[in-house]
Amino acid sequence: MKRSFLSWSTRSGRARIYQVALLAALVVAGGWLWSNTRQNLEARQIRSGFSFLEEPAGFDIGEGAVPYTPSDSYVWAFAAGVANTLRVAIVGIALATVLGTLVGVGRLSRNVLVRGLCTAYVEVLRNVPLILQLFAWYTVTTELLPEAASPIELAPNVYLSKGGLQFPVPVWSRGWALAAAAAPLGIAAAWGLFRWARARRERTGHTPQVLWPALFVAAALPFAGWLAGGAPRALDVPEVTAFNVAGGIGVTPEFLALLIGLATFTAAYIAEIVRSGILAVPHGQTEAAAAVGLSRRQILRLIVLPQALRVIIPPLTSQFLNLTKNSSLAVAIGYPDLVSIANTAINQNGQALECIIIIMSVYLTINLLTALGMGYYNRRVALVER
Amino acid sequence: MTASVEIASACPPPGAPRPPPRRARGLLAWLRVNLFSNVFSAAATLLVGAALVRVLPGAVRWLFTRAVYAPDYEACRRLAYRAACWGFVAEKHRLILFGRYPYAEQWRPLAATLLVIVALAVSAHPSAWRRGVLVAWASVLAIFFTLLRGGAFGLSYVESGLWGGLPLTVILTLVGVSASIPLGIALALARRSHLPLARAASTLYIEMVRGVPLITVLFVASFVFPLLLPQGLRLDVLARVAIGITLFQAAYMAEVVRGGLQGLSRGQHEAAASLGLSFWQAQRKVILPQALVLVIPSFVNSLLSTFMDTSLVTVVSMYDLTGALRLSLGDPQWRNFFLEGYLFVAAVYFVCCLAMSRYSHWLEHRLGRWARRPETLRT
Repeated sequence: MKRSFLSWSTRSGRARIYQVALLAALVVAGGWLWSNTRQNLEARQIRSGFSFLEEPAGFDIGEGAVPYTPSDSYVWAFAAGVANTLRVAIVGIALATVLGTLVGVGRLSRNVLVRGLCTAYVEVLRNVPLILQLFAWYTVTTELLPEAASPIELAPNVYLSKGGLQFPVPVWSRGWALAAAAAPLGIAAAWGLFRWARARRERTGHTPQVLWPALFVAAALPFAGWLAGGAPRALDVPEVTAFNVAGGIGVTPEFLALLIGLATFTAAYIAEIVRSGILAVPHGQTEAAAAVGLSRRQILRLIVLPQALRVIIPPLTSQFLNLTKNSSLAVAIGYPDLVSIANTAINQNGQALECIIIIMSVYLTINLLTALGMGYYNRRVALVER
Repeated sequence: MTASVEIASACPPPGAPRPPPRRARGLLAWLRVNLFSNVFSAAATLLVGAALVRVLPGAVRWLFTRAVYAPDYEACRRLAYRAACWGFVAEKHRLILFGRYPYAEQWRPLAATLLVIVALAVSAHPSAWRRGVLVAWASVLAIFFTLLRGGAFGLSYVESGLWGGLPLTVILTLVGVSASIPLGIALALARRSHLPLARAASTLYIEMVRGVPLITVLFVASFVFPLLLPQGLRLDVLARVAIGITLFQAAYMAEVVRGGLQGLSRGQHEAAASLGLSFWQAQRKVILPQALVLVIPSFVNSLLSTFMDTSLVTVVSMYDLTGALRLSLGDPQWRNFFLEGYLFVAAVYFVCCLAMSRYSHWLEHRLGRWARRPETLRT
């Protein structure tokens, strides 16, 4: 007896029927939306396709690491947006990690005041919407700070005002170029040292202490490059003029507000992750380590941290991604990140579909790369069981 | 005889707790343990304590004792920012709370919001979780919409573009969460299904949506949805944004539900199958009821995050609580009192969110007891 391929009376037949029905539904829905879109675009005389990317964008971008002028193409404008997104995300991630770790450890403190302060920080920051915090920070940076002509001097030659934050920067010269070129070499050498120590431990059971030599090598090579380039010490120092602060390097109040808002908000979440990660290491581990005679520092470095990090790193990565995604709120306070620039482009040429596809693919690429990295990390630290 | 009495008084009967040693009692001991346990702790105490002593009195003065509470612009101006001007909030509270809703009709959003708060409070306790509560919530939503929209029962019609403030936040949250639950369940089941196509489609959807910021979804809702619909069919911006939030939230909800499904043991599926239940019967009668109860605390957390996320709609020019605050800061006379405005709105969000997160903790604890009970019976 041969049952038909698409039979309702067998399990596999039903599965095939369901799938065919699902496929049909998806195709019909997709086709319907597609034809609607085609008609709508025609009726509104909006052209489609990505050819607009090569045309001059025509709008200005307030700031950025990428040199850009309004006569540059849309592609370049989007690239400047991506660079701005990454810039605020990378600095924000670094700040949020440091602050979050401090607050997370503080929440476990035996000191009531410290614990209470850290708990209050976490509760307040997590229970107020990020966009409201960003608006507040933006208003603070643009209204409460002094005028650019009379800035606050935070540190020698570091000025904070309504014009943003200005700080000195070394004048780019051959010495700095050589140092920058030597830095990867130094890191590679340090990495090689760690590899050698590991191989030696596996061969002989003896662990050579390479942490300080490795740090030394990593720092010494760029330093040697700097020396070889004539040890340039010229700084571009900002100066207070009658109207503003000139010279040095500066960040805008928009960048500052977005950075502070993102970093303090994400730090509250990171604090919770750090706290639960440390709590996840059973007390018996610490006691057992003490029983075999490890010192407190060794216990922290060899027993507690490795186990806590295994719990901490995956949610931490997703917080990093959240920070990157949240940086899209820049559009609300006028920092020219990817989403703001796409928004401007949409308002200018009406090609919403294409611009949104570009935003989504950039974020999805960032996500995918992070997910691949996480997969690699998880395979490395996964508990090897029998 | 006397000896035994002495022994009895010196040595209390076994089992009776002995008082703690004197060093571990009283205020001094508490201080030693909690504030001065070692050098670092003592230093931190002094540092934080000094900062608090310096900041707190000034903060209390700025916030409360010297502040102006009446909506009196002249009094606020005379303060010259040396104290808070709650007069701004007093003047603008109706604009902040209800947005551009017609002034004379603002009792309607107020009543609707109060109704939702009462409904939330009533249905918070697990003893209220019966089938009837779903019907009750459906009618609450219907009443909410009727009150806001009007056009019936003698209420004047108010178009959705004018809805704003807290009611808008509430309605976007409620619609987003309640509509995303069934979608999320469907996506979660599809992601765990053995049908490759369903699994692939659901995984693709979930991961794509979770990979992009909500703001892009709102852009899709405001720019792309009008293109996708057939000509002649129009959705107002509220409906489009609500659909966008629902589609976004569904991906997160799917992962929450999937967590609950994974929390059930295989034995539940096998037991249901061995009773002769079909796939759908097993899901409806055995699997989902258990899985969903397990994830109710996570549902509350989703409610919380959606409540905060709705503040993003101000980017597509809707005036929710955050947007309405910005609207009221547009008044040139009052715009310098932005700190007071932000503090007020932040306090509203904070109170709502803290209540929800505390509730979710409490629920987790309580349901945890419920979920653990079979384990204790088994031993």
